[in-house]
Amino acid sequence: MLRHSIAFSFFVAIALLFFGLDRVAADNIATLRGPAPLIEQEEAPRMMPFNNNDIREVRNYPEQPPVIPHKTDGYIVDLNSNKCLSCHARSRTGESQAPMVSITHFMDRDGQFRASVSPRRYFCSQCHVSQREVKPLVENSFIDVDTLLLERAKQQ
Amino acid sequence: MLNFLRRYWQALVRPSTSISLGVLTIGGFVAGIIFWGGFNTALEVTNTEAFCTSCHEMRDNVFVELQTTIHFTNRSGVRATCPDCHVPHEWTRKIARKMQASKEVWGHLFGTIDTREKFEEKRIDLAIHEWTRLKANDSLECRNCHSDESMDITRQSVRAAESHERFLFTGEKTCIDCHKGIAHRLPDMSQVPGWQ
Repeated sequence: MLRHSIAFSFFVAIALLFFGLDRVAADNIATLRGPAPLIEQEEAPRMMPFNNNDIREVRNYPEQPPVIPHKTDGYIVDLNSNKCLSCHARSRTGESQAPMVSITHFMDRDGQFRASVSPRRYFCSQCHVSQREVKPLVENSFIDVDTLLLERAKQQ
Repeated sequence: MLNFLRRYWQALVRPSTSISLGVLTIGGFVAGIIFWGGFNTALEVTNTEAFCTSCHEMRDNVFVELQTTIHFTNRSGVRATCPDCHVPHEWTRKIARKMQASKEVWGHLFGTIDTREKFEEKRIDLAIHEWTRLKANDSLECRNCHSDESMDITRQSVRAAESHERFLFTGEKTCIDCHKGIAHRLPDMSQVPGWQ
């Protein structure tokens, strides 16, 4: 009896396994990697060039780190040097006419304002990134606060 | 034996008494060509990337760094090799630089930068040498390829065009003033003006 039940559950497990795999393939679950089966690799989408027109983008919300409106390929930011700061540092903005690094970046974790960029804000590309014109991988229904308030006002 | 040596010595000191003038002239001419050609060939061999990267100091440090930059890999496949930027192209200056380079042979033999740590420690000095040289000759080695006349700033980004108009074409700055660290990684820049 026992042996019989083990054989039966084994059979069920196998059946479930096959059925399950079949379901995954049939469902075409939308993932970032596309509908290709796990063992296959889809052709990568073509890479678009970086936006490089130096025109500042509007922030979607006040706290958003502004995006970079130019190319940054080959910009090195490490212990030895910071390419971004060679234009955006306070002392460099006269020659470069680039916007100065925000004063909030001078603040250390104790709320003290330092003479220059605080180490915790040193790695620019942690928050600020160059942009490419591409179709978003995931649809986004974000509405900025001004639009939201306007719609609210209209409804009332 | 002694007699033979004496005759040999005589021919060496006063060749025109034992060898005809014609042979001397033509022989001297041919020997001159061979020597001069050989000298220049040897000089050009030391002016190749294969020669530069035959030492591990160059191959494992600066050459690897160059490979990720636009001067090694780019859309059109034109590239700069070590001597294009680091050796003057004009003959007399080239010889002057080659004589200076004897110090680099010394450095190689005595292992001045034979480990990564030693190289990193020396990087600022090496970089300053090159910046000083390019500053002094108005970035001549850059301008061997990048000329003011052929630079079409309408095809540059706005930012680049404005900077070149303001600083390069007015002669206020030269290439190396802004374009440091474009082919190799930078040393500690905290003491370098214009850097953080």
